[in-house]
Formats: sequence, structure tokens, C-alpha cells
Amino acid sequence: MLKFVGRRLVQMAFLFFLFLSLVFFLLQAQPGDITSQFLNPEIPAEVREQIIARLGLDGSIWNQWWNYVTNFFSGNLGVSFSQYPRPVIDVIAERIPRTLFLFSFATLLSYVVGFSLGKRLAWKRGGFSEHAVTIGGVLLYTVFYPWFAVLMILFFASGLGWFPINGFLTPEFWRGAPLTGNEVFSMLLWTISAAALLAGATAIIARRQKERAGARWVRSIGYPATLLLFVGYWVARDEIRPYAWDIVHHSILPITTLALIAFAGVMLLTRGSMLETLKEDYILTAQAKGVPDKDIRDKHAARNALLPVVTSFVLGLAFIIGGGVVTETVFSWPGMGSLLLTATVIEDVPLATGALGFVGVLALFAHLIVDILYAVLDPRIRIQTGN
Amino acid sequence: MVTKEQSPLEEAAHVELEPGAALPESLWKVRIKLFWAGLRRNWSLFKENKIGLMGLIVILLFALMAIAHPIMRSVGPWQDDDVYDPVIGYDAPIENFEIVPTAADVVDPNSQMDVMTAQLWCFGSLPGEICEIPLQPAPPGNGHILGTDPLGRDIASQLTFSTRSAFMLGLIAAVVTVGVATTVGSIAAFYGGWLDTFLMRLADLVLLLPLIPILIVLSGLWTINLPLLGILIGVLSGFGGTAIVLKSQALSIKVKPFNDAARVSGGSNTHLIFKHIIPNVLPLSFLYMMFTVTDAVSLEATLSFFGLLNIDMSWGIMLNTAQSQGYLRTGLEFWWLLIPAGLAVTLLAAGFFFVGRAMDEVINPRLRSR
Repeated sequence: MLKFVGRRLVQMAFLFFLFLSLVFFLLQAQPGDITSQFLNPEIPAEVREQIIARLGLDGSIWNQWWNYVTNFFSGNLGVSFSQYPRPVIDVIAERIPRTLFLFSFATLLSYVVGFSLGKRLAWKRGGFSEHAVTIGGVLLYTVFYPWFAVLMILFFASGLGWFPINGFLTPEFWRGAPLTGNEVFSMLLWTISAAALLAGATAIIARRQKERAGARWVRSIGYPATLLLFVGYWVARDEIRPYAWDIVHHSILPITTLALIAFAGVMLLTRGSMLETLKEDYILTAQAKGVPDKDIRDKHAARNALLPVVTSFVLGLAFIIGGGVVTETVFSWPGMGSLLLTATVIEDVPLATGALGFVGVLALFAHLIVDILYAVLDPRIRIQTGN
Repeated sequence: MVTKEQSPLEEAAHVELEPGAALPESLWKVRIKLFWAGLRRNWSLFKENKIGLMGLIVILLFALMAIAHPIMRSVGPWQDDDVYDPVIGYDAPIENFEIVPTAADVVDPNSQMDVMTAQLWCFGSLPGEICEIPLQPAPPGNGHILGTDPLGRDIASQLTFSTRSAFMLGLIAAVVTVGVATTVGSIAAFYGGWLDTFLMRLADLVLLLPLIPILIVLSGLWTINLPLLGILIGVLSGFGGTAIVLKSQALSIKVKPFNDAARVSGGSNTHLIFKHIIPNVLPLSFLYMMFTVTDAVSLEATLSFFGLLNIDMSWGIMLNTAQSQGYLRTGLEFWWLLIPAGLAVTLLAAGFFFVGRAMDEVINPRLRSR
């Protein structure tokens, strides 16, 4: 397993290297060059030469390329033009957790809902509900996304007033707050990650148990304890709880909207893969043995139908990250995506390309996680790469 | 009559001929007949799929809309250039407001306004006078079936005009995708080795990366117009997933006996690629073309919505105008600014997607309903 992860890591590093080179050459290929765009044309020629030399733009293109790539790997992305003299890496470090929050919850939600709905659809084939859900799913999949997000805001925020219209927090509410928004947000992230880790550890320990009773025992202790710890923590911190809730309240609508467009693809794919699986002989065998329908669906068919769905995750990933950019912009969620767009619009080239680079990092890392998940789910992959 | 070099098509043509036929028909006639027969067979399969048919109808309706625009502008009721031009047309019905001394005197807010408010519209006017306010955006009516936008331009004219550019963009993106994906897939499968590895790693990369952020940054570096956007989308989607799928298809064709036969009888690499591999990869390639059109339509709309493209008019620009003038979040009061454009993007993209799915069932027998 470790060997598998190591190999994938090396491949990812290579892909990322290719990607960075691509970004660099895109920058080079733009009309004019960066000095003619941003240096005052009236400065004397020798000063211009000096500035160009100081920025490292006087070497050959290969030299510059190598500088760019090594600088990126060492975290030196230059200085933002619009937020001068803040380094780009600082701006991005502030934005990344917010994007991760949005992205991971939307992805989880869309996969859980899409998978469970897809397997039910395949199980009850035909009829009106199947057509309706399929058409609805495809429409969600192809809907003009920014428009859909605006309609969601109109309906749930302006119309019903359940959620705030946009933003990350309510500024007037935070006046006099004991902590800054970022601090509260990182506490939120830490507690959620800790809870996820505990739940994951419980699941792994329960799987390792040889007897069913032992596994059940581990689960019945582990999950409630995780929940108790998480809830207990936030009950105890009642001085910052309302602030944390403010952030969560702002995030519900963007997460739901992003999950809604992503879930349709998962659902349609699960349905297709489930239909394939249901034709297998072992399903017939299970039916002949008299296994209850629900067990056949969930334990025999759905587990095998899960594999292609996880593979498709790679394709869905790019879709959901792209959707994330749109979501963040429409909902004014100050993450990487809205950073990318605003930086592009105000021609802050270092910030825009830096953000693009980190979008690439995000995509590749998510891909790596999916690969590992796939290897865990499908023993054949592990054995193949082990040899 | 067996000649030295035969493509599978020609072989099939000879099999279908009557044994007693005196003179075989010329080759291109046979080809057309075969093509026609194949088309009819595929159509009868495609017809089975109700959702695919629905998609086709939607696309045809949009095609009618695209044709409607030039007709309406040249011989129809939209001939007036100053009013119905989708980009520079202007028309606003005048609303008359009676000016009253104070806000408390306003009885009917639809026909009266107080003198302070009136200064915003008719500077220097006094109570008792009439202030004329051009109404823009204007609701449907007055010769504008879908009303006018915040700049006083006809929405219906914009909507139909944009349909044409959406089709044009889709066509460019689709043709480029097919070209790039077929070439890359065939070359990678045929030559193998380091070229294959390089092209496929590049395809992996393109597949992994989200198109929207890349296109956003590109739009900051270049001025992107419609044909350029079509080419960009075509290249990016052709290099990604489509190239990988087509490569595996080309690999399965490469090992077919007819390919070996052609090679043994002296076919060059170019001959093999162009006469044997590419014609057999093309049907699958057309399938992915449909999905590219879906992507292209919604990508263009998204980028235009953010105001990043150098395009005169499109569905995305219509929404961008509504947003930049502050009408997007005011609820459904100004529905004609919000609904037609968004619905058009959604429906056209869905139409191509439905057709693509139905074609998928025609091409992959595995997916047909039992």
C-alpha cells in the first residue's frame, strides 16, 4: 500500500511539474511581455535594464522557466500587485481553507446523496419516477450554473429568507468579537477534521475485528463518543459558538448549490453501473438463496457498482472545482475561486497564476486521495501494483 | 473481384453485391448506399430513445430560432435597425409623471412623483409640470415580445441573435475536438512508445484540470473572442478525456486482422492511419463531439456572465448586463431579464447532452435497454 501511494505521489509530482511548465509558457505566450505591460514607459533605459535584471527576467527562457518552477516549489510566488507588498503565498494561504471547506463538504454531500439515490433508481427500473429523476438529473447537470446559483439565492435567501444572501460572515455581528473570522474558522476546521479522523479510526478498528460482536461493540462506542466530543467542545465554547454558527449559516446555501449540480452526474453514473452489476450471476445466486432484497441491493450490488463511480470521481473533480469557482463568485465566498477571478479581472498576474497553480495542486491532491480510496475499495488494484 | 488493398468498407460492399451482377457499381455509389443504410439503421435505434428524440427536438427548435433572427430582421417586423439591433438598438416607452410638491401629495406612485425625486430625472422641473421618463428595462409589450433590457435593447432579438453564435461556437469546438482527439488518439495508439506516454500523460493532466479556472486566467492574458474560445475549448477537451477514450478504441482496431492485411500488402503508416484507424474511430469521436458542444455552450455563457470575453452579444452577456445594472438579485420582478437567457443556455446544453446519451446507446450496444 505504501509503495502504491509512493508511486502515485511521484507521478503526481511529475504531472504538477508539467502543469507548472504549461502555466509558465502560457504567461510567456501572452502578447507583449510583463515588463512592457507593467513598467512605466518613461523610465530611463538603464533603469529598465536594472529592474529587468533584478526580477530575473534577463536570462534565457529556459533559465526563467527553471526559476519559475523552483520558486513555485519553494513557495515563492512573488508579490501581489493589488495587495502590494503582500506575498502571493500569504493571500492564498488565507483563502485555501475556505475553499477546502466548501469543496469537501459539497463533494461528500453530492456523492452520498447521488450514490444512494442512483442505486435506488436502478433497483426500481422503469416507470414515471425513473424518467422524471433522469431528466431532472440531466437538467441539473447541464443547467447554466451561475444562473442556477442566482435562482437559488433568489428563492432561499431573498424569497424565503432562510439564509444570508452572500458573503462569508455578517460584518456588523462580528464587531467586538473575541476572535477574528479566520481564527474561528480554523477552529471549526480543526474540530471537524478531528471528528472525521476519530470516525475513520473507529471504522478501521471495527473492520479489523474478527468477530461481528466485537465490531459492533467498537462502533457503538466510537461513533457516539466522536459525536459527543464534537458537540461537547462547541457547547463548552459558548463565547464563540454564535460566531462559528454565523460562518456555518453562510456556508449552507453555497454548499447545497454546488452539491446539487455535482450530485446529478454521480446519480446517473451509479444508476448505469448498478444496472450492469444487477445482471451478474452472483446477484441471481443471492436471489436464489433468498437473501432479502435490501441486502442484495446494498451489500451485493451497490458495493461492486461503487467502483466505476469512484473512477468517475476524477472527471467529476475538475467539474466540481470549476463549479466551485463559480459558486464562490456568485455567493461572494472569499476563497481561491473568487480570488482567481478578481485577480484576473484586475490584472494581478502573479496572484492569478499563483491561484491557478494552487487550483492545480488541489485537483491533483484530490485525485491522489481518490486513487488511494480506490485501492482500499478494490483489492485487485493493490495486488496488481504490488507485483 | 478481390483487389489487393481493401478497406473493410469495400470488403463489405463486395459481399453485399449479387453474385450474378455483371458489373459492380462504381465504388462511391456503393459507399453512399452503405452510408445511407448505416444511417437508417442507426436512426431506427436512435428513435427508440425517447429522451434522445426530445433532445433532438430541442436542438431543432433552437435552430429555428437561429434562422428566425435574420428573417425577422430582413423581412419580418424587426427591420428597424435603431430599435431591434441586438447590440446597439434602443427603444424605451415614455412614462409621464405628474410632478407634485411633496412626497405626501403622491396619491398614485405610478403616475405622480414629488418634486425632489423629479430632479433626478427632469432637472429643474417644477410642480405641476410633467416629467417624461423612458422606461428601461421595459416589460413585454409595445412590440417587444420579451421586453427590453436595462439598456433599452430588445430581449427577443438578443436571444435569437445569440442562438446563432451559440451554434457557431459549438460547431467550432466540436470540429476542433474531433480533429484533435482523433489525431492524438490514433497517433498515440499507432506509434506507441514514448510518444504514447507523453501524449497520454498530457491528456491525464488536461483531464484533471478544471477548464473554468484555466479559461479565466487565459482571458486575462489574451483577448478572447468567439472563434478563439471555440478553438481553446476544442483543443482542451479534445486533448483530455476524449483522446484517452479514442486511443483505447484505436488500440482495439490496430490489432484487427484487416489492419495486418493492409500492412502486409504494403500499406504505409499514413495509409494505415488515415484509411483504417481513423475511419473506425470517427463514430465514437462524433459521440464525444456532442458532449463538447454541451460544455462549450455553458462555458461560453459562464465566462460571458463574468464579463471576460470579447463578444458583442450572447446569452451570458445578457445575464451579465442584467447583473451589472443591478437587476439580477431583485427577485422575479424583472423576470424577462433573468429567465429567457438562462433557460436558453440550460435547454440547448441539455439538448446536446440528451442526444449524446442516445447516440451512446446506439454506438455502445452494451447500454441498450433490454
